[in-house]
Amino acid sequence: MADALTGPSGPPPKRIFSRTNIMLYGTLLVVSIYYLLPLYVMVVTSLKGMPEIRLGNIFAPPLEVTFEPWVKAWSEACTGINCDGLSRGFWNSVKILVPSCALSIAVASVNGYALARWKFKGSELFFSILIVGAFIPYQTMLYPLVIILRELGLMGKLGGLVLVHTVFGMPILTLLFRNYFAGIPEDLFKAARVDGAGFWGIYFRIMLPMSLPIFVVALILQVTGIWNDFLFGVIYTKPATYPMTVQLNNIVNSVQGIKEYNVNMAATLLTGGVPLILYFISGKLFVRGIAAGAVKG
Amino acid sequence: MNQTNHSKRPPQLFKNLSAKIASIPMILTTMVVFVGGTTWTVVHSFTNSKLLPKLNFVGLDQYERLWSSRRWLISIENLAVFGFFSLILMMVIGFFLATLLDRKVRGENIFRTIFLYPFALSFIVTGLAWQWILNPDLGLQQVMHDLGWTSFEFNPLNSGDTVIYGLLIAAMWQGTGLIMVIMLAGLRGIDDDIWKAARVDGIGTVKTYIKIIIPMMRPVFVTALVIVASGIIKLYDLVVALTNGGPGLSSEVPAKYVINYMFRAQNLGQGFAASTMMLVTVAIILIPWAYLEFGGKDNG
Repeated sequence: MADALTGPSGPPPKRIFSRTNIMLYGTLLVVSIYYLLPLYVMVVTSLKGMPEIRLGNIFAPPLEVTFEPWVKAWSEACTGINCDGLSRGFWNSVKILVPSCALSIAVASVNGYALARWKFKGSELFFSILIVGAFIPYQTMLYPLVIILRELGLMGKLGGLVLVHTVFGMPILTLLFRNYFAGIPEDLFKAARVDGAGFWGIYFRIMLPMSLPIFVVALILQVTGIWNDFLFGVIYTKPATYPMTVQLNNIVNSVQGIKEYNVNMAATLLTGGVPLILYFISGKLFVRGIAAGAVKG
Repeated sequence: MNQTNHSKRPPQLFKNLSAKIASIPMILTTMVVFVGGTTWTVVHSFTNSKLLPKLNFVGLDQYERLWSSRRWLISIENLAVFGFFSLILMMVIGFFLATLLDRKVRGENIFRTIFLYPFALSFIVTGLAWQWILNPDLGLQQVMHDLGWTSFEFNPLNSGDTVIYGLLIAAMWQGTGLIMVIMLAGLRGIDDDIWKAARVDGIGTVKTYIKIIIPMMRPVFVTALVIVASGIIKLYDLVVALTNGGPGLSSEVPAKYVINYMFRAQNLGQGFAASTMMLVTVAIILIPWAYLEFGGKDNG
């Protein structure tokens, strides 16, 4: 019930059906419709057959539910001459995602730990460049990275994309870990030093076990960011190794053939499904992750 | 290492060696990719590189070509229009939603989840979803026609004059939730006593927000502004998915111009010059902000 006794940060609503309350909840509901509508439209479209789509309206629920578009999107949809569906892109994305997350988080956590607890001459300078680097448009670094990857023999391979994600994930992840490790009581760190633990000993035995939450935040951040990436995927991979987002765009925006809107929407939902599920199960941690990730701009 | 100086510790380079080894990836990233890569691109923007990068300097030729290219001018104009509206709308909508949720709303979690979920989706997914909803033959417009409102016209993606508003609608859907979360965190950081004092003084709710709360939230607004601004410059995926630059060239943006010249048209020099202009734009926005934020105190 509306509670006027505890001090809220906004003025408390007085009665349930007061005019302010009706306005407040009314506005919230209307705004909610705007946010929910695209998801709803995607879902209902993906469950209709094409004849129904051509005749009916996009907001109407399906008269006859069919899962065929989903099957087709997953295993038959065409990009160019390949007609093996989005499944290839999905598995490419998984193959990119797992090592990219592992490598970027491992590198950034050790790095953040060094910056927080084992400062050396110049470490702060590098850190400042790293943070400024997060704001440099990717476009100015795209081509040099092409050259670097080509020299390393990784151009067009999944390994190359893993490297790119590790490099561009570093600023925000390092910042995240550095701030977190800096907040762990210094006495703990000093006591471990007295006991003879070194750089790696303290990292693995004290810092790691104490920082599970921040690792989860970093993981959410990276899974969403890497899964949703389009730019790096389109530049550093080739058609056989395209991640899901790139393949999805090629399927939906391909000019040849009849547009199959139901298949397109099923494909779109399949691609958006992974971060969406992560979002719904991780709740508050996701908010923390993106709030931190947003800083990378 | 040599041990000539026994009274001191081992030479500087080997002091804290593990931390330095652990920092090698960061050092390589910052020096090779960030500093090296950016410098390399800026230097090569003064060359006539075509298919392959060459150090054949031609002065400002590429920039002259860039600024006389219709496509680039359209891209810049689009970015300016999109940026202007997007900054204002993001801030206003984000703040407005946050104030609504800050009023001890029941089901706050549900509403927040609804407003924020689009942010979990990629720009590609966002673009494709809205492309479908804005489809003139089968989408929103047609539904209105079927309902009898035949004069209803809402077809932003099919005309060069309105396509940018179509982009805005999709971008707002995807991004306002994030700004709302940031603003909400800011509102929650404001002391209850402020509200009590305002109420005692008989200041109305709206007036309290405008006169007292917003000025107090300056740092939050600045953070949100920087996030939105740096997102605007990167605008690329959404355009590719929603319009692919069309109709014609009417929704081209600088980031797309760069990719196009670097990787499709094989005119590297143009791509480098355009990306250098993007870098300059970011610097123009960022340097005053950094100066304001970190001006007096130690950066870090």
